[in-house]
Amino acid sequence: MKVVITSSAQTLADPIDMHFGRAKFFILADTETGKAVVHDNVQNLHAVQGAGIQSAETVAKLGAETVITGSVGPKAYRALQAAGIKIALVEAVCPGTEALRRFKEGDLPVLDKPNSEGHWV
Amino acid sequence: MKPFPVIAIASGKGGTGKTTVAVHLAAWLAAQGRAVQYLDCDVEEPNGHLFLKPVIDTTETASIPVPIVNAEACIACGKCARVCEFNAIAMLKKPLVFPELCHGCGACVLVCPAGAIREEPRAIGVVESGHAGSIAFAQGRLNVGEPMSPPLIRKVKARRMSEAIALLDAPPGTSCPVVATVRGADFVVLVTEPTPFGLHDLSLAVDTLRPMDLPLGVIVNRADEDRRVQAFCRDQNLPLLAELPDDRRVAETYARGELLFERLPEWRGFFDTLWKQIEARL
Repeated sequence: MKVVITSSAQTLADPIDMHFGRAKFFILADTETGKAVVHDNVQNLHAVQGAGIQSAETVAKLGAETVITGSVGPKAYRALQAAGIKIALVEAVCPGTEALRRFKEGDLPVLDKPNSEGHWV
Repeated sequence: MKPFPVIAIASGKGGTGKTTVAVHLAAWLAAQGRAVQYLDCDVEEPNGHLFLKPVIDTTETASIPVPIVNAEACIACGKCARVCEFNAIAMLKKPLVFPELCHGCGACVLVCPAGAIREEPRAIGVVESGHAGSIAFAQGRLNVGEPMSPPLIRKVKARRMSEAIALLDAPPGTSCPVVATVRGADFVVLVTEPTPFGLHDLSLAVDTLRPMDLPLGVIVNRADEDRRVQAFCRDQNLPLLAELPDDRRVAETYARGELLFERLPEWRGFFDTLWKQIEARL
C-alpha cells in the first residue's frame, strides 16, 4: 500500500512534519517494499491560501491511499475525503520510520474529522 | 484640475486617524458648500457612520459569482483547478469547489471545455447608502467571517457620484483591500503618527503605493517632538500636508462619536489648510 508521510526533511529518518497542508516534504512510501520517494511541497508551503487543498491534490496524484500526519484543517480534510484518502494521526513528532512502523502495526488512529482550525478562512 | 476628484485616505498602521481625517474633511467640505461623498471602504469595520450619523435609505446585498460544477457534464480534465490562482478548486476524482476561497474571477468558467461550470452568486456583505446632511454617504459591511473584501470594496466605490468630491476611507494595512480602495484615486492621503510603528508602517504603505503611480501626501496626527516621520517625508520627497496636534480633547470628542468643529473650532483651520494642500496637488 502506498502512503504519504508529511516530513520536515528529505528522509524517513527525519522527524515528521505535524502540519499537513504546509508540510515541507511529502515522502511517498510503499509499505510492502519499503521504497520511499521524497516530494518537495515548497509551492504549497508558500501558498497564500488553499495550501491544504492543493496538498490533498498532490497526495491524490501520488496515488497514496493514506496520509500519515499530525494535523489536518477543515478544507484539506474535505479534499482528502473527496479523494478517498484516509488520514492516520500521529499525536507527537517522531521520525518517519517510527510513524510508518506504528501505522503498519495498526497503532495510529484514523482521523474522522478535521483536528485543526483553518488558517484565515 | 478635476472639479470632482477622488481622494483616498489611507495609512499603513491602524488607529492613526484615517476616519477622523476623512469624516472631518467631508464635513468641512460640505460646510463650504462643496458637493462631497464619503465612501467607507473599510468594510471589515466601517466606523465613519458613528461620526457622520447618516440616514441609510438603501441596503443592497453584494455578491460574488462562484462556480457550480455539473458533475455529469464534467470530463475531469482539471483545467478549472489549474487556472484558479486562489486554490478554490481542487481536482480530485472530480473538481471540488471551495466557495469561500473564490474571488469570483470567472476563469474556471472560461477554460472549461465541457461547459460544465455555471456561476451562482454568493453574498459577501452589503452596501448601505444614504446621506448625512448634504454629504452623500455609502459604506460596505462585510459579513462576519468573510475573508474576501476587495469585491465588496469595488461595489462601494461603484456608488461614486460623478459630481461630488469623493473621499474614500481606506482600510489599514498594505494588502489587497487597500490596493482595491486606492486604485484609480486622484490623490492618496496617508495618515500616520509620530511613533516608530507609525513610521515603519508609513514606509510600507509608501512602498505599496509608489508602484501604483499615485500622488501621495502625508498627515502626521498627534504630532509631537518626535520628528522622524517629517524627516522620512523629506528624504522620500513626500509632501507633508498637515500636522494635527496631540490634544486630549480630540480623543474625548472622538470617544463620544462627535465631530470636532463645534467644541474645537480651531480644527476648521486645520482642514482648511489641509484641503488647500491637497487641492494644490490635484
